[in-house]
Amino acid sequence: MPAKISVHKLTMAYGPVVIMRDLDFEVNEREIFVIMGGSGCGKSTLLRHLVGLMEPSEGCIFYDSNNFTATTIEERARFIRRFGVMYQWGALWSSLTLGENISMLIEEAGQQSPKTVRDLVAYKLSLVGLAGYEDYYPAQLSGGMKKRAGIARAMALDPDILFLDEPSGGLDPLSAKRLDDLILHLRDSQGCTIIIVTHELASIFGVADTALFLDPVTHTQGALGNPKHLRDHSENPAVRLFLNRGLTPIPAS
Amino acid sequence: MPNTIHDGAKNNSPPCASWRLEDQSVLLELSGDWHRGGPDVTTIGNSSGRSADRYDVQKLGAFDSMLPAFLLAHLRAHPLPSGTTPSFEGLPLNLCGLLKLALAVPEEIGAQITKPVSRAARLGKLSLKAWKSTLDVIEFVGQCSMSMGRLICGRARFRKQDLWLSVQECGIEALPIVTLISFLIGMILAFVGNAQLTNFGANLLVADLVAIAMVREMGVVMTAIIMSGRTGAAFAAHIGSMNANEEIDALRTSGFNPFDYLVLPRLLALVIMMPMLTIYSNVVGILGGMMVGSMVGIPTVLFWNETLLSVNLTNASLGVIKSVFFGAAIAVSGCMQGMRAGRSSAAVGQATTHAIVAAITWVVVLDSAFAAIFTLLNI
Ligand SMILES: Nc1ncnc2c1ncn2[C@@H]1O[C@H](COP(=O)(O)OP(=O)(O)O)[C@@H](O)[C@H]1O
Ligand SMILES: [Mg+2]
Repeated sequence: MPAKISVHKLTMAYGPVVIMRDLDFEVNEREIFVIMGGSGCGKSTLLRHLVGLMEPSEGCIFYDSNNFTATTIEERARFIRRFGVMYQWGALWSSLTLGENISMLIEEAGQQSPKTVRDLVAYKLSLVGLAGYEDYYPAQLSGGMKKRAGIARAMALDPDILFLDEPSGGLDPLSAKRLDDLILHLRDSQGCTIIIVTHELASIFGVADTALFLDPVTHTQGALGNPKHLRDHSENPAVRLFLNRGLTPIPAS
Repeated sequence: MPNTIHDGAKNNSPPCASWRLEDQSVLLELSGDWHRGGPDVTTIGNSSGRSADRYDVQKLGAFDSMLPAFLLAHLRAHPLPSGTTPSFEGLPLNLCGLLKLALAVPEEIGAQITKPVSRAARLGKLSLKAWKSTLDVIEFVGQCSMSMGRLICGRARFRKQDLWLSVQECGIEALPIVTLISFLIGMILAFVGNAQLTNFGANLLVADLVAIAMVREMGVVMTAIIMSGRTGAAFAAHIGSMNANEEIDALRTSGFNPFDYLVLPRLLALVIMMPMLTIYSNVVGILGGMMVGSMVGIPTVLFWNETLLSVNLTNASLGVIKSVFFGAAIAVSGCMQGMRAGRSSAAVGQATTHAIVAAITWVVVLDSAFAAIFTLLNI
């Protein structure tokens, strides 16, 4: 089976400023893939490249062995329809209620009876612990609630690939735990591939199959592999430091 | 992977949920493929007001979120007595996990209840709102005056660069549009005047008409309307989005007075620049009239002399005096709508609209008041 996503020699830059160079990794189907690194190292930027909001300055991205970078706009739109994206700050549409934020996508995707749409919206909001908040506007929610609502919207159409940008930042421990459970259940029941940007060590060790560490000093890929393995055995001291919260990094053996 | 979405492969047998009562327990049999966009769900039998005790998924095909959404809606509609947890016996493990997760946080009730309101209540609310917004205006003007007071005592703190930036925004950068509009207004006045006055052979009086109309009314009113749309709206949008991002709260908690810091420089800039723009607009308007005059055969020198005769200091200062008040009204409308805006991008758009409407309304209302006062005073 070909990799769901593969990234070849990706270099990301804002104008002349290179954020990361020569990223090379693959994400398999039904994998939970974590992108980690200190803040400002380019995690959100990488996500923006993966979903096609920014163009690589070099290298390319493949989805199911199709070149996403070099393809036509129509072809790309076909891929994007299978994505669900949650942005770092929620990016909810502020003039719509939470219910409308989600139902708009469902209605757009095909004819549904109003009851079906209502049930689906209620179900998606329940999954993130926001049952009954259909009629709230985003401005009436707290930061953590906005994030969770953003996740519900990203899941609205049962995407094949779910991109989550710091989903557990600003969540209480219980909500964060429920979110980790949700991610695992989603993968198991719907078989989606999930890409998460996060620095929450608990959730990295709890859910990630593979983790990618972006090294802000060298502007390259710091490490790639299973996070538990990387914590103890990575050759890159920055990675061990990161995964041990800066405490007593165990020397690589 | 029996229970996953098979993209494209929608070998649909229609989704069906059938309820059965078997030795006192409710059995829900699920069958078919549950896909968003597929056929509607058929329900057979009824649950007799209870949630299912057991599930039978022998004939269940592929499903997406449709199935858990359906089950959740039923579970929510028939809540169990508190303390007992619903049974998921017979459901596939992953579905069961999702449902448990969805039920983990109880539904927020009260959120959905939007009571219908009677007409009388709505009218009452509307008038209360109108009264409140009047009070708001008064309060805001009061705050501005206090801010001015602090400025005079030298205790107002704001960045001088902000003042100069605002001066530039509502002065020099407005010149092109003010030039264009004033020149055209001057020309229009001259055309209309000429068409009427030639009938009486008094077409030299076109010069008087243009000059007096420009300096007393048109110059200042047109400038004010341009500035409402240009600068008032910009103030509202800028301050409104600062408000939406909690930047104003950050100013407050950092010990800045948002009035001194945001409103005062804008108010000052507009109050300083409006008179200058008005004088400029008057001159350009008269030049426009003069051009039309020379086209219809009034020599420029004659036109100029006639203009000088008709415009005296009293006349000319009327427009300039008004412009100070108009400038203040525009700045106050813009800043107030910005400061009072809600915390969303839609609210910023509304604030901008309200700012322009309020500013133009205030300009016209004030102008009428001035007209009445000047008539009474015989100027
Ligand atoms: N629009 C932009 N223009 C220029 N540089 C940017 C822009 N957005 C982000 N950056 C820079 O890119 C780097 C990575 O940003 P980002 O991907 O948002 O970081 P994070 O890993 O915290 O998500 C930062 O150093 C930031 O300064
Ligand atoms: Mg980020």
